[in-house]
Amino acid sequence: MQDWGTQKRVFAAIATAPILWLFTFFVIPLAVLWAYSFGRNVGLTEIDISGTFANYARAIEPLYIAIFGKSVAVAALTTFICLIVGFPVAIAITFAAPKWKPWLLLGIMLPFWTNLLIRTYALMTVLRGEGYANQSLGWLWNLSSNARVVLGLQPLGAWEPLHLLYNNFAVVLGLVYVHLPFMVLPLYAALDRLDRSLIEASLDLGAGHLRTLLTIVAPLAAPGIISGVVITFIPALGAYLTPDLLGGTDSQMIANVIERQFKRANDWPFGSALSFILMYATFIMIAWQASRERKLKREEA
Amino acid sequence: MDKMSLLRESIMGRRSLLQGLGAAAIGISITGGLAACSKGEEKKSASGEEPKLNFYNWDTYIGETTLDDFKQAAGIEVNMSLFATNDELFAKLRAGNPGFDVIVPSNDFVERMVKADMLMPLDHAKIPNFKNAAPAFTDVPYDPKRAYSMPYTWLVLGIGYRKSKMKGPIDSWKVLFDSDEYKGRIALLSEAGDLFRLSAKYKGHSVNGLNKDIIAEIEAMLKKQKANVKAFHEDNGQDLLLSGEVDVVLEYNGDIAQIMKEDPDIDFVVPKEGSQFNSDNLAIPKGAPHPENAHAFINYLLDAEAGKKISETILYPTPNAAAKALMPDDYKNNPVIFPPAAILAKCEYASYNAELQPLYEEAFTRIRAD
Repeated sequence: MQDWGTQKRVFAAIATAPILWLFTFFVIPLAVLWAYSFGRNVGLTEIDISGTFANYARAIEPLYIAIFGKSVAVAALTTFICLIVGFPVAIAITFAAPKWKPWLLLGIMLPFWTNLLIRTYALMTVLRGEGYANQSLGWLWNLSSNARVVLGLQPLGAWEPLHLLYNNFAVVLGLVYVHLPFMVLPLYAALDRLDRSLIEASLDLGAGHLRTLLTIVAPLAAPGIISGVVITFIPALGAYLTPDLLGGTDSQMIANVIERQFKRANDWPFGSALSFILMYATFIMIAWQASRERKLKREEA
Repeated sequence: MDKMSLLRESIMGRRSLLQGLGAAAIGISITGGLAACSKGEEKKSASGEEPKLNFYNWDTYIGETTLDDFKQAAGIEVNMSLFATNDELFAKLRAGNPGFDVIVPSNDFVERMVKADMLMPLDHAKIPNFKNAAPAFTDVPYDPKRAYSMPYTWLVLGIGYRKSKMKGPIDSWKVLFDSDEYKGRIALLSEAGDLFRLSAKYKGHSVNGLNKDIIAEIEAMLKKQKANVKAFHEDNGQDLLLSGEVDVVLEYNGDIAQIMKEDPDIDFVVPKEGSQFNSDNLAIPKGAPHPENAHAFINYLLDAEAGKKISETILYPTPNAAAKALMPDDYKNNPVIFPPAAILAKCEYASYNAELQPLYEEAFTRIRAD
């Protein structure tokens, strides 16, 4: 492989456009936002960038720290469930027959073809009081009630629909549903590269399946697990649509608070400060991932 | 009104999120095209401007054929793009007008935009159809003498409810804000300002008479009430009510009137304590490229026949008395669309208050975090 340093002109030709793009549409707006976070509102449309830390001071008040805490907890739970559910799926795809693999991967990616908002509304029609989930459960309930009558037992009471929507359960379910592909794909990428003879050796030498999974497969797939965790956790932490639409009265996450600062509260400086605290947390996560990966590489070497 | 139910089924309402998405996409494509449009052919209309107009409107908020009719009548082609919330409108114009001629801000935003010097004063001589406006809308507190805006529609907040599930007559905000009678069957609008102002109304204050103490008192009441509330909705309360998810919602009369056509078990009341009016208005932002056309268009929308066609489609209460007179009885005499005058007398417009708005928002954040 050629080093980019030896082909500077080619590299420049290819990289200029994306770098300009990134600079104009990502770095500059972000810098403006960062500057706003040290400002204050003057009048309705003007922001005076005075270098104040008041926005950050307000952002670390207990109220907002508690909301950050809750968001982290929800995102962590989401990531954990995604990992538990996603790992077997990734293993299944890895060991599927080659002609099935592309189809299974397509199945994982298919939801991306539909907009998040549409999928969330679809989930709402499934979960609501008179939605498909409750209708199916009610039907099963009535069926078993009738079966009891046939068997000469007391029938069951009337079916009470479960509260599946507008609570924290719905938020976590929605987040898991949305973020599962982010977990499965890097896991699959890591597992697919795995040397299968190691697994065979482990099984041959007397380790059970569970032990092989935990002591052989999991450590070897660690880079995939870490990237999966990071790219699931970060968007889940910043989720705003899901808690807005599926959540109950206590399901607000930090992104909802940030959104309100930019819109209804018209307090861009404070919204910027909250966003940047979230961004710093994200950078720390990514730095942690990078250092873990470096460490793993060193151990390998 | 099959069209209406079709719209409803595709989860539409004036301010629903889904539309917001479409609106954003359309907004981008159309504003992107604006620059190109204005450079186009230099054919002049009667006004001396090129025959174009850029209209920034809410979704499903214009008559089916209104824009075509206007083109026929005046030869001006209207380019409509859509916004989903006042905040979006404000944010788009905040850094300068990207080329819009006519916008439709709500009352508090008319106030806010006038304060921020974002609107152009209207030339009433060019809007003779202003005479069609009902007297209640010709001089309003948020825009004295209608210097900057013309009335387009109005709405009032109240309680939408499912009749068969009610344990007694519904006539007070108490059922929403201060009672466990309908525990778990309540949905409130997630607009901090509206929630606090209406709670103040329940407690006997004016919607413009809040202060820190009242806000604290209301915060405590709503924190307590939160246990009884199922959801804070994003102005889709009518969907929650129609799907049976909740039995009482805080919503706008126009939204509930739309679903009452589908489900006769639903009704709406403006509580006896009074409520808050909202009104959407036609205005011309500063820097509009076609101010003459904009005046002509606003004048056309205030025409009786054109106004009737708009009301037939959108079913919101119209402030246009001449248009209302042309409407069928089931609209004119509908007590949901036009609540009784005695109740309306207790309703007020909320004026924009830059000091209190952040307090409402922070208190609401605390309520939700509690």
